[in-house]
Amino acid sequence: MLDVALRAKLGDFALDVAFTTADAPVTALFGRSGAGKSSIIAAIAGLLRPDTGRIVSDGETLFDADKHVDLPPPRRRVGVVFQDARLFPHMSVRANLLYGWRRRTADRKLDLDQVVEPLGISHLLERRPATLSGGEKQRIAIGRALLANPRLLLMDEPLASLDGERKAELLPLLAQLPRVFGTPVIYVSHGLDEVLRLADRLVLLDQGRVLAAGTVEEVANRPDFAQIAALEGGPDVFTVIGATIKSHDEPGAQTRLSFGGGTLTVPRVAGAVGNRVRLRIAAGDVMLALTPPTGLSVRNVIPARIVSIGETAGMVEVMLDAGGPLWARISRAARDELGLQPGMTVYALIKSAAMTGSIGLRGQA
Amino acid sequence: MSGLLTPLEIEALRLSLLIAFWAVLGGLPAAIALAWLLARHRFPGRALLDGIVHLPLVLPPVVVGYGLLVVLGRRGLIGQWLHDALGITLAFTWEGAAIASAVMALPLMVRAIRLSIEAVDRGLEAAASTLGASRTSVFFTITLPLALPGVLIGVVLGFARSLGEFGATITFAGNIPGQTRTLANAIYAITQVPDSDAAAGRLCLISIVLSLAALLVSEVLARRLGQRLQGRTRA
Repeated sequence: MLDVALRAKLGDFALDVAFTTADAPVTALFGRSGAGKSSIIAAIAGLLRPDTGRIVSDGETLFDADKHVDLPPPRRRVGVVFQDARLFPHMSVRANLLYGWRRRTADRKLDLDQVVEPLGISHLLERRPATLSGGEKQRIAIGRALLANPRLLLMDEPLASLDGERKAELLPLLAQLPRVFGTPVIYVSHGLDEVLRLADRLVLLDQGRVLAAGTVEEVANRPDFAQIAALEGGPDVFTVIGATIKSHDEPGAQTRLSFGGGTLTVPRVAGAVGNRVRLRIAAGDVMLALTPPTGLSVRNVIPARIVSIGETAGMVEVMLDAGGPLWARISRAARDELGLQPGMTVYALIKSAAMTGSIGLRGQA
Repeated sequence: MSGLLTPLEIEALRLSLLIAFWAVLGGLPAAIALAWLLARHRFPGRALLDGIVHLPLVLPPVVVGYGLLVVLGRRGLIGQWLHDALGITLAFTWEGAAIASAVMALPLMVRAIRLSIEAVDRGLEAAASTLGASRTSVFFTITLPLALPGVLIGVVLGFARSLGEFGATITFAGNIPGQTRTLANAIYAITQVPDSDAAAGRLCLISIVLSLAALLVSEVLARRLGQRLQGRTRA
């Protein structure tokens, strides 16, 4: 568990944040470019000295301005995977991987083989970094950081410099990391898909401040989250739901998921029964009915209570409680015609096809 | 060799090489330390130190030689103590000539090494530190190896400067045959004698060949080193 509270003045930019990772395996620092994500990473790693504040990891103080504690980076045991990999160009891949391993001999948990195999880099050991692809470099950077036996692994947009294909290749690997190696991860990103796929906890940052922090579902379903996410190309308003694979309906090519509000039927999801997934439902794909409909093709009908009704840009956004939050977007006319009021019970209709491509497998529960 | 060159020429060549070798070898650690300090640290008096290091580049060499006499001469500030306590005399010895050459070569070495240290990606140094490397360790495993081409250039420039050094050497170490009569000093001595154009010409030719050879060797080394550091050759 990492507790961070710090302030730093960096030129015109002021950083003033406080958050905890609780016991989450993966905490995402999420926000636009320039929100202060990389500065926070640098401060945790000891590469940037905050003006005030403290950074405490599992009871050990890494930085405390009041007590004049400021451990130098080599003594912090905080691993960093940088966006640009930063492999040492004059060393072989093997020497890169072993650079930290040789220096942190106490309580060593991993050997070269245990890291090289899962990362799929055993055939690269004698190569030089200049001859590697971007994806290969990142895998080696991850391995190098893990072999230095970190208490915590910081990943600063490790996928940002990769193309779509390499990203897709590396993402499942990243999702497995905390479980395979048991090292908690702080993951910096401005990509919503990555965050939904990888993170358990989410710290939402904007202009050097924490706007919200909590589980991914808690933070992602806040009304102001959509506003920030939208600027990064996501859908306008959406709901993030964590669910578990309940069963696969083979002939129908469908998967049944159980979540807080009951069962959802979605197009076939790769993954075993019991695996956790996270899905994203655009508010515009959720329809509302006053009575359970009959004679409709919609697969998912979920009873819900209206929590609040808000208006943005001529559209009405309805926050539902369906055993968990659920956003629906309808027209003003529809709201008036149905006479929707907070507290009413309605039925949320979600087309299963609308959820294609928005479901990410998150590994074994 | 002995058929090609006269004993006097061989003696001057040997002294030139000896003095230049020790000047560079002795000056290199200081040059690297100064370059690192100037490239990677901010401290009070940094500009002053930078200025002092560069002084030999802009001062008349005679001034540097005279300064050395004042400090390290038999009656000098440190030289007297060296002589009385340790029995070491530097002025008018080949060791003194090496010191004079080292001082004259230092700014060139520091400049070349500093530039290449500044060109080393600080991100790599930061990455090494998060992997558990102390500052010293980062310097010796990341910064210095990556700055090696610059160090090599510094060595060659320093060596060439030492070979050509004349003013500071003759002032501080004199022009003593067998001690401090280097190629440059020998040329000067010979030109004082009438009708010695041929002998002076031969010495000049030796100087030219020597300097060219040094430059060629450094060129080849630098190219190989650059390739190795960039990892373009197979490991």
